[in-house]
Amino acid sequence: MRVELNGEQVETAAATLSELIEEQGLAAPSVATAVNGEFVPRGMRDGTALTEGARIEVLSPMQGG
Amino acid sequence: MFYGFTPKSRLMLGTAQYPSPRVLSDAIAASEAEIITVSLRREGAGGAGFRDLIKASGCRLLPNTAGCHSAREAVTTAQMARELFGTSWIKLEVIGHADTLQPDPFALVEAARILCSDGFEVFPYTTEDLILGEKLIEAGCRVLMPWGAPIGSGQGLRHEDALHTMRAHFPDIPLVIDAGIGAPSQAAKAMEMGFDAVLLNTAVARAGDPVTMARAFAGAVQAGRLAHEAGLMGRRDMAMASTPIFGMAALS
Repeated sequence: MRVELNGEQVETAAATLSELIEEQGLAAPSVATAVNGEFVPRGMRDGTALTEGARIEVLSPMQGG
Repeated sequence: MFYGFTPKSRLMLGTAQYPSPRVLSDAIAASEAEIITVSLRREGAGGAGFRDLIKASGCRLLPNTAGCHSAREAVTTAQMARELFGTSWIKLEVIGHADTLQPDPFALVEAARILCSDGFEVFPYTTEDLILGEKLIEAGCRVLMPWGAPIGSGQGLRHEDALHTMRAHFPDIPLVIDAGIGAPSQAAKAMEMGFDAVLLNTAVARAGDPVTMARAFAGAVQAGRLAHEAGLMGRRDMAMASTPIFGMAALS
């Protein structure tokens, strides 16, 4: 299935958000996630099934003003 | 002062645009700030290093929702920030216009209401508008952060009279001048006017020597606060001799 991960089209075998994070080699403890504009808390990543075309944001701490 | 936290320093510092992580660390230390702002972005280079750096600074983190143009975006960003940084503090920015980076007052109040009722401690980036300030307080905000001038412009306090009025209108609400400060003299002025703190970033980060500029701002904020506590003399239109006339020799 194809999803949009941080603005990039990605082909994935992952069925859930947790699996996608694992598959893409993202540092699970130090990111925050949202699917289709809604926040997904860490504890709900396992239970969040991905759907075709889902827009996923995986964000990290960055410099800010 | 800020949701139960009273810092010794009244300077809050942004962490963006520094020439290097080392300069950022040194500038934070030189500024004596105890509160620094941070943000959330898609992971780029240097992400892990930044996490270590902010931890090592020992500062309280104030995550922002910079770049958000709708209440929904800002709320989602705030929720992500709360989990990632482990704090309920959020610097709420909802931008209404790309050129001026002026807050969208309607979306700001909407987002503030949602976040305050969800347990966030909201620091809203706002204008000097009094009614907007009242609506933010009604929404649950216990701090207001009026702009001095557009973000990154370095213009200082563009609407000084309106800011004076705002200070008088909200005597018991902590007010932080956020954005637009370009020089230590402008920060000192804000503190002399009785604002509780100033938040700035570009003025330090883009200085020729950010670490020295951070020290300059620390001194200016301290001086301005002391002046406010001491009470400034009243302004006069005419001169008034400071040396006594009494006892003067008759030499003419």
